[in-house]
Amino acid sequence: MRQTISEKIISQHTGQPVKAGEIAIVRVDGVMATDATAPFAIKAFRQMGGKKLWDAERVSLVIDHAAPAPNETVANLHKLMREFAAEMGCRLYDVGAGICHQLMVENAHVRPGDLFLGADSHSPTYGAVNAFGIGVGSTDLAGTMLTGKTWLKVPHTIQIRLEGEPGRNVTAKDVVLFLVRQIGSEGANYQAIEFTGEAVRGMSLASRMVLANMSSEMGAKAGLVDPTGLELWYPFEPVFSDSGAEYVRALTFDVSGLRPQIAKPHSPENVVPIDEVLGTKIHYAFIGSCTNTRLEDLHAAARVLKGRKLNGTRLVIAPASKNVFDDALRDGTIQTLSEAGAVFITSGCGPCVGSHLGVPGDGEVVLSSTNRNFPGRMGNPKAQVFLASPAVVAASAMVGEITEPDVVEQI
Amino acid sequence: MTPSPATHVYLIDNIDTDRIIPGKYTKTLDTSALAAHVLEDLDPEFARKVRPGDILVAGSNFGCGSSREQAPIALKAAGVSVVIARSFARIFYRNAINIGLPVVEVEQHNIQPGDSVSVDLPNGLVINHARGETYRAAPMPRQMMNILNAGGLVNYLLQQGDYV
Repeated sequence: MRQTISEKIISQHTGQPVKAGEIAIVRVDGVMATDATAPFAIKAFRQMGGKKLWDAERVSLVIDHAAPAPNETVANLHKLMREFAAEMGCRLYDVGAGICHQLMVENAHVRPGDLFLGADSHSPTYGAVNAFGIGVGSTDLAGTMLTGKTWLKVPHTIQIRLEGEPGRNVTAKDVVLFLVRQIGSEGANYQAIEFTGEAVRGMSLASRMVLANMSSEMGAKAGLVDPTGLELWYPFEPVFSDSGAEYVRALTFDVSGLRPQIAKPHSPENVVPIDEVLGTKIHYAFIGSCTNTRLEDLHAAARVLKGRKLNGTRLVIAPASKNVFDDALRDGTIQTLSEAGAVFITSGCGPCVGSHLGVPGDGEVVLSSTNRNFPGRMGNPKAQVFLASPAVVAASAMVGEITEPDVVEQI
Repeated sequence: MTPSPATHVYLIDNIDTDRIIPGKYTKTLDTSALAAHVLEDLDPEFARKVRPGDILVAGSNFGCGSSREQAPIALKAAGVSVVIARSFARIFYRNAINIGLPVVEVEQHNIQPGDSVSVDLPNGLVINHARGETYRAAPMPRQMMNILNAGGLVNYLLQQGDYV
């Protein structure tokens, strides 16, 4: 049987070969919930009669959505998570450790070939490490915490082949924004995406995570990245798709001539080349989220801002994890960005999700490196949120309007 | 005389989870607090208008965005008995089933604001009384029907003990 990556991984977890369209009960390798979803999962787990986890080693709880706690209600939800983790013996990442998906990958809790459930819609990020990662809700996660299994429908796969090599300041974020426009916000609904091609094979882990991460904005269940060229710090067995595997759609794009891309308000699919929005005044710039705030992204921002100063536009940065922050401290990146005028907040989701820190004011224009710009996403439906790559966010923060890094680097 | 369920029609696509219940209200386990704010960024009057048993009708990709279960929970807590949409985002669809909120996918429907509608869930039919039309819903996988029939995943697992 010639299989896609998803079909292979699911087959390996259900003990028999399965094809797209079939329903399977699967063994799960690991689960994760955040402070936005763990409290409900814990409640449901207890309601289901849960007394102990199926395997405490395979359960991770992360406090990232509202970290540190902004009020006593949230603080008590965090307390609930800590108490549960202590009682059950599972792993808990506390305030400032970082964003859930970054932690799962950084700490190798999710590995190539794994079938992993995250109670967070950006769980397809795990496709970057060649794992079948899907987003589920709290009650679903509780069912797996209890049984170590779940049921799922084997998705059909859309193959996206990216050929050519993007230009200097054109990043994985620009590529994926372009793809969200092409595929549409429900174009991959219920399907998996497989990213492959010359442009993908040369990508770093961080860039692969950007692609996989935003497959959720196309409606995808999972976003697998061809493991050719994947480099990890531990030995692994990659899972490749078979030649002759069946794809429900196969698309090819040449990314050589791609311009930096921007998603305009109020949808991640409302993407245009940067040329159409150059000069748009911005009030607030944010570099953060599980999409784009790894070391590679902080380096990109630092390259633009080194020796320069922001013009008064506020630039807030939330590194993806404490490890990323510490690496950036050691190599001088934090200093470069801070001297330019950027401010740093806790490693976590922060402004991306609008429940804590960095809410924009009425009518303010935000330029952000995150993944969603629906009305109210950042906490205020009367703000206008544009999405871009970290380099574009940094360059634009410097001059107070949307601009290209290339332009700023000439100044 | 009990009023028959009202049908609330919003023929808008991509109503995302943040519009169903803004993230800022989701920091609580108290589901009755969610009901007060459901759909408020879309229609500030909805929470006040909706009565137990009412039906919600939407466009395509309903529930896109976050995986937060508070979205279907808010709708159920507000009294919505079933959501009809042209299509649903996958995590929302699955979450709705898991918390026992029926969801019915009807790609081609002609329901307009003001139409009175009822749902025959076991047979997967939506009846539009205003127009004398009946629409057939997309079939639901058996596993999902079992969970919905049990009243949600908690009840299903309490009964079955495992996925069967």
